[in-house]
Amino acid sequence: MAKAKKKVPGLNTSSTADISFMLLIFFLITTSMDTDMGLSRRLPQPPQDEDVKEEMKIKDRNVMEVRVNAQGFLWVKDGTASGFAEIKDLRSRAKAFIKNEANNPKLPELHPKNIEGIGMVAITDKHVISVQTDRGTPYEIYFLVQDELVAAYNELRDDAAKRYFHHTYAALNDEQQSAIRQYYPQRISEAEPKNYGGAN
Amino acid sequence: MARKKREMPEMNTSSLPDLIFSFLFFIMMVTTMREVTLKVRFTKPAGTQLEKLENKSAVSFIYVGPPTDNLRAQYGSSTRIQLNDRYAEPKEVMDFIYQERQSMSDQSAQVVSIKADVKTQMGYITDIKEVLRKSWALKVNYSAMRRN
Repeated sequence: MAKAKKKVPGLNTSSTADISFMLLIFFLITTSMDTDMGLSRRLPQPPQDEDVKEEMKIKDRNVMEVRVNAQGFLWVKDGTASGFAEIKDLRSRAKAFIKNEANNPKLPELHPKNIEGIGMVAITDKHVISVQTDRGTPYEIYFLVQDELVAAYNELRDDAAKRYFHHTYAALNDEQQSAIRQYYPQRISEAEPKNYGGAN
Repeated sequence: MARKKREMPEMNTSSLPDLIFSFLFFIMMVTTMREVTLKVRFTKPAGTQLEKLENKSAVSFIYVGPPTDNLRAQYGSSTRIQLNDRYAEPKEVMDFIYQERQSMSDQSAQVVSIKADVKTQMGYITDIKEVLRKSWALKVNYSAMRRN
């Protein structure tokens, strides 16, 4: 009964590659790698009490109003000027407003504040940029306004970061970034939409 | 000088499937499944101050725009809001947000990405924003393309 031991023939695996290729192609088709980009904003907290209208007293000099009407025209008002404006001028207007370098009495008040990591500085921490839209305002214009305002803050923060820490804002560590954020706090408020005429 | 002709040795392809499998796993990790079929058409606005959406499992999408061409005859061409796979009213956004939040591991990290058409009237966006505020989904992201 001494049969010669037979070798088990190896399984032919040459088609495994084809099978996995097909799987690969299936996943390549059904999934998407597109990175979603967008402008990140934070909404204000909901009003705690519906009846209590938030009636904060803000001095006129601390407010910059940006109104966008249903036709997409901008109307900007701060302490120094008010009138129609172009989107491309918004960034520099906002920067001048937030900084108030010359301590102009018509622009936001400067308060001395001791920020850890920077020291004693005068900042306009009470300023508010108020964006008001009409129900008929095109979304694109609203988006561009937001983008320009965020750009103004980001440029200011970058400048401050270079001045105090000699790096761009993105390259700083968390504590330094928070110091810069205190130096230029982002204060964009979005009022409920009003009807400035034109839209249904 | 009559040397014996040598045969070319066959290449060993037994590790080829492994290579492709590892590539497959890589693709599965870095990509995400397309979840919804778009029922609205939208052109994103272009912006400069964009941030990448990190942590995709914590992102809920809201699409706003006119119905796509093949649905135009049935639904008209006025602006619609799409949640998951269907059209919805602004007030339904709250339920949607709560549902999405239930399925998230880190609920405080919830981000709502609004993908809206550039021509949308702000009324729709404002309605959505108000509902988002009420449902405490405060982190929003206005989806956009990069512009230089």
